[in-house]
Amino acid sequence: MVIYGVYIVSKSGGLIFNYDHNSPKIETEKTFSYPLDIKLQYENKKVIVEFGQRDGIHVGHVLYAINGIPVVGRQMDDGRDVFEVLDNKDNYPINIKFGRPKMTTNEKIFLASMFYPLFAIASQLSPEPKSSGIEVLEADTFKLHCFQTLTGVKMMVVADPNQVGIDILLKRIYEIYADFALKNPFYSLEMPIRCELFDVNLKTVLEQVEKSGISAM
Amino acid sequence: MARSSSRFDTKKVNSELVTLTYGSLVAQMVKDVENPDDVNKQLDRLGYNMGIRLVEDFLAKTGSGRCLDLKDTADKIQTAFRMYLGVQPNVANWSPAGDEFSFIIDSNPLTDLVELPEDLKGLRYCNIICGAIRGALEMVQLDIQSWIVQDQLKGDANTEIRVKFIRKLEDAIPAGEE
Repeated sequence: MVIYGVYIVSKSGGLIFNYDHNSPKIETEKTFSYPLDIKLQYENKKVIVEFGQRDGIHVGHVLYAINGIPVVGRQMDDGRDVFEVLDNKDNYPINIKFGRPKMTTNEKIFLASMFYPLFAIASQLSPEPKSSGIEVLEADTFKLHCFQTLTGVKMMVVADPNQVGIDILLKRIYEIYADFALKNPFYSLEMPIRCELFDVNLKTVLEQVEKSGISAM
Repeated sequence: MARSSSRFDTKKVNSELVTLTYGSLVAQMVKDVENPDDVNKQLDRLGYNMGIRLVEDFLAKTGSGRCLDLKDTADKIQTAFRMYLGVQPNVANWSPAGDEFSFIIDSNPLTDLVELPEDLKGLRYCNIICGAIRGALEMVQLDIQSWIVQDQLKGDANTEIRVKFIRKLEDAIPAGEE
């Protein structure tokens, strides 16, 4: 029973809600000696492991901290450049923390609005007339389940590929949305959902599903 | 889902509470706005805003699909009346073209304890229902008009709400729906 995240996209394609449920935090800290045997690259404002996977440090992981000093972009918090520090032999042995890259809210908004045209294209590509859009998108590590309501709001759940019964969960999330977002007089339609009751109820349902399965809802 | 319908049932409230709350709302509006025509407009707008939100609740709880003809729509609104007002109106007076029909309500909970004073004969007390129907249907891409034809408060035997289909909002239909 693993659910990684819940997203809600409004009728016009904007991300109005996202919740990361159960993405395990993967961070590895390790002391290196000179020369560094991992190839790093600066990409998309992050220092990324390009080659040289070992000891739980995977290609694609992001450099988070050096000697406990957090790194932002390619700069350490004390103002030094990451690559200058790593190239200097005097700084070794050095302790570096790597971790899985976290998606920023902006990236999530971007991805949500990317899904919107994909969904529309899918329904147009269909060989049969009157096809729905994408309902399930499957990858080797997750399945994305999408449910579009008659009014055009999309509820999406990213879950483990083996997780069954997500369609019931999606309908339940829709009910929670109808109850705690739409019946909140201070929530305006199409705007991001910032309602505490909504969050609380959603979390309760997700925890129930996690603990005792879909049938417990 | 059997569970969700029982959850809905538990939240039932006494209809008098609704009657009284709605009554105080209208009374306050009459005081604030004075001109009954403006009150009618406000009630309609209020209903519209309720409708565009309430429709999601209806869809989520009943799990009903898209309507393909107006008879279907009428049926579903009938269900909605039962869910939200606890009354089952009759659907009647279909126009020959099938694009217009009426809901006949013989006991309207909103007007249960109400008598309209002489100087407010222009007030359409239940106008909020018309607005709610219009708002709800607009969210499922149906453009309709709705108005009150008969009103128990004005001496008619029943309350009659007329619904007229105008058009389908084609460009508002979400992708992958049509």
